[in-house]
Amino acid sequence: MTTVPRQEIDAHYKTWNVAGHADVPHEVKVRLFEQVKGDFRFGDYLHGCYECGICVGACPSAKFYDFSPRRIAQAAAREDVDLVYQQMQEDIWECSQCFSCVRCPRGNNPGGIITIMREVAVKNGLASAKEALVGYSRIIYKIMSTGTQVSPDMLGRDSFPDWGPETADVADNLDLWRRALPPETMHTTSTGWSVAESTLVELYLIWMETGVLDMIAEVDPGLHTILLELMEERLEEEGIEP
Amino acid sequence: MTIPFEALRRTRAADEPVTDRRALDDPRAELLELERRGELIVQKIDREAVSVSTKYGRVKRIQKSHLWHHKSCGQCGHIPGYSTSIFWVMRKLGYDYHDPHDQTSCTAWNYYASATSNSAAQAAVAVRNFAAAYETGYFPLIHCGTSYGHYKDVREELIRYPELRAQVRAVMARLGKPLVLPEEIVHYSEWLHALRGEIAAQRVRDVSQIAVSVHPACHYHKIVPGDAIYDPDIYGGQRTAVVTGLAEALGATVRDYSTWFDCCGFGFRHILVQRDFSRSFATLRKIEVMKEEADPDVVLTHDTGCVTTLDKSQFAARAHGRNVGLPVLSDAQFAALALGAHPYRVCQLHWHSADYRPLLEKMGIDWEKAWAEFQSDLRRLESGEKRYLDWDDADGVNDSNRLENSPDRDTQNS
Repeated sequence: MTTVPRQEIDAHYKTWNVAGHADVPHEVKVRLFEQVKGDFRFGDYLHGCYECGICVGACPSAKFYDFSPRRIAQAAAREDVDLVYQQMQEDIWECSQCFSCVRCPRGNNPGGIITIMREVAVKNGLASAKEALVGYSRIIYKIMSTGTQVSPDMLGRDSFPDWGPETADVADNLDLWRRALPPETMHTTSTGWSVAESTLVELYLIWMETGVLDMIAEVDPGLHTILLELMEERLEEEGIEP
Repeated sequence: MTIPFEALRRTRAADEPVTDRRALDDPRAELLELERRGELIVQKIDREAVSVSTKYGRVKRIQKSHLWHHKSCGQCGHIPGYSTSIFWVMRKLGYDYHDPHDQTSCTAWNYYASATSNSAAQAAVAVRNFAAAYETGYFPLIHCGTSYGHYKDVREELIRYPELRAQVRAVMARLGKPLVLPEEIVHYSEWLHALRGEIAAQRVRDVSQIAVSVHPACHYHKIVPGDAIYDPDIYGGQRTAVVTGLAEALGATVRDYSTWFDCCGFGFRHILVQRDFSRSFATLRKIEVMKEEADPDVVLTHDTGCVTTLDKSQFAARAHGRNVGLPVLSDAQFAALALGAHPYRVCQLHWHSADYRPLLEKMGIDWEKAWAEFQSDLRRLESGEKRYLDWDDADGVNDSNRLENSPDRDTQNS
């Protein structure tokens, strides 16, 4: 935990530590912000700020969390690397990524800035990214290994108790109800639809060629190992050099 | 605290023009120019098309037939009647299509939830799917609103950034595929909207007594908003026309409510690992407001996450005594029901949570009889008579034959 005295912290900071994590040197914050600013989309997403608050008024997360897309845009525009770092540790995972904030009359896209900040948080293995993705690994595994994100068999009896007893009915009758679907691509239970093996090979190559697999290593080394073995084995079977 | 102008200027090179990312007036023209320069291939609309107007007036053409269905993982996985209804309506209108196996998810749900990807990967996934469509000659039709919005973002990035094009082209070369994008990126709800006259002409069930409230999907009209369909005759052109235009064409009454612009609460990561937010937002800001201000018979929307969140969130809210209890359907399911589709064999309403039966009764559908028919179908599967049901089964083509040959015929007729 940071030991910076409260009186030395600017009043616009949400808290005077950073999500309970040890502070990092200023140079680290500068490096992280340079990565955010260096994304080719950054200039398209940030043009200034009229301080009108329209983005906050439109934002669903602002209604439920101590979260503000205006603060995100302004911190980035001011190049306030301390506040940007704090936001990367505390705020960015609260965003709904609905892009209601693009109502901005100045043409900003605070949700897009957050997408970039999240990417940088993942690439650098920030604590916030690891915490946000706890319980999420199975989803990453599903999308990267099967090519479809959610599958019918995720609707287990105990997986979504807050969705009501109808979801348990689905779980109890899953195989039968899937076989009753008219499109022949949709008889699957472990994927949303039947994805061709050759298509999966192409998908694995995309993850490897674009560095996505390396990103996983930063936030979940165990998952990375599983995915790497799976993909390398499959590519090897096809005689493809990863 | 004000923003130092110098700080903002440092985010871009001095000679770089300040551009509003919403200002790409005609992405189609940009694509054709890139094709002319040999940078990429544009898959052209090559069948009869309907012209519609977008937000700032650009005309967008919607191909009617010969379509490559880019399915939605959320729809196919958890609300399969959404997908089957899209197919069914297309079959009903007699338009041919292709339901591919060589399609992946757009992977954007994961990207917006976890950020465990990057622009190049997302663009490569999009282009790989578009290339698969191009190889067949069928024109892509996107089922998911997030896929649609994300692909439009990808298209803008590929148009704007030569470095990204080069990177994606190199990845595609490893896959043995070209860098190809379609002339227009089309959402299925745009197809329904463009063909709403033809659809309404096939209506067999009276929906004039049905009041609907519409939730416009964020990723449909907020990502690259200039490319969404608007119509001066619907909301005065101040709100997207899709879904509402279809509901009105079918004869239903659309009732407005004040929080129409709010999202559904899906949140991408929230719906999976932080559902307290999703449940609260969906019920407090959407369902309850609709109930209090519009009191509709059904909520219609046009995206995967919206149907899921608005439908599934109501059960827990009911336990807290909240004013909920609205069935939530996609526009495709509603249209299919109006055109005579079976509520279980086609629309698969047994996968939904909020009670839809009062809606069916108001539409004149005997849901108990329909459920019995579906149960009969399931017994055929369980007995091994058939491994899978097909489209003929969905339309009950063989119902009378089976009844004729059934050993229970006398009992059934008595």
